[in-house]
Amino acid sequence: MRSIWRTLPAGLDRRTARDIALVCVADVLVGASFGAISVSGGLAWWVPVLLSVVVFAGGAQFAAVGVVLAGGSAFAAVVAGLVLNARLLPFGFAVADVLGTRWRTRLVGAHLTTDESVAFAIRHDDPDRRRAAFWVCAVALFGCWNLAVVAGAFAGRLVADTDAFGLDAAFPAVLVALVVPSLSTSRTRLAAAVGAVLAVATTPFLPPGLPVLVALLGLAVAVRRPGRRSQEPSPEPLDLERSR
Amino acid sequence: MPLVAILALAAGTFAFRVAGPVARHRVELPPRVEQLLSDAAVVLLVALVATSALMVGQQFAGLARPAGVLVAGVLAVRRAPFPVIVVAAAATTAVLRLLGVA
Repeated sequence: MRSIWRTLPAGLDRRTARDIALVCVADVLVGASFGAISVSGGLAWWVPVLLSVVVFAGGAQFAAVGVVLAGGSAFAAVVAGLVLNARLLPFGFAVADVLGTRWRTRLVGAHLTTDESVAFAIRHDDPDRRRAAFWVCAVALFGCWNLAVVAGAFAGRLVADTDAFGLDAAFPAVLVALVVPSLSTSRTRLAAAVGAVLAVATTPFLPPGLPVLVALLGLAVAVRRPGRRSQEPSPEPLDLERSR
Repeated sequence: MPLVAILALAAGTFAFRVAGPVARHRVELPPRVEQLLSDAAVVLLVALVATSALMVGQQFAGLARPAGVLVAGVLAVRRAPFPVIVVAAAATTAVLRLLGVA
């Protein structure tokens, strides 16, 4: 970990730091509502708190607790959470380069991989900046999220309905803001558009989590239509070793 | 929710997360595959945006949320600063709800 922190100032610009701080604010409110919903639904305080530390995936946490509070079995809750988290598998491949080669950082970084930290990482091509954006977002979110869930679990009644503040629109908006610059080639845009249409169209018929994976079929378009960017000498994302 | 269920969900989730970082350092991938993997992340994130903007569970989310996310999309394409995009999206949705638009 220490080597990561030493390289941060070089890689982290103020804009990224500010953006990460804003995402933390939004996640604090959502995390607090997760703790509050869980406890007011009748779960012991340690259930949302432990889930947040060891699962650390907001969508899956809400899904698992939702299944249990609706009277579903614990097994169904685990399956719902796992299907939602299956997207972390391709995400892990996409950000493997920022996690370095040491076992310790690789294991810690893997656990801290979220939609947000992946989105911050892919905003940059430069390895140092990718790494800085990923790690700062990942560690900051882990801290904020877990503290917020604890606060929500104990002060549940005080947390208002987060939908009234439009926070449910803030999550997709964060991802939009981070991902739009990556839609730089017509090939990527086409693959993403086809994937998004497939995901939305299959949502009424598939269990939550699977439609997003169906979107990967959109990549077939990208394979068949090599875009401009793939013919350039691609910015090599795997040269972390050299900077060590 | 029993402890064993929480731990099972945690273990499965960690397995999804760690597979990529472990596998990527054992095999050298050709640049085309690397490009495909980074495209996969973009495709997944856009699909997450689309589904979380338009759907709640398996049903249409109503108008307020998609309207907020649409505002975010327009601002992002016009290169507005990140906080402006996020706050404008939440504000649009919140104001629409205040006005009684679901």
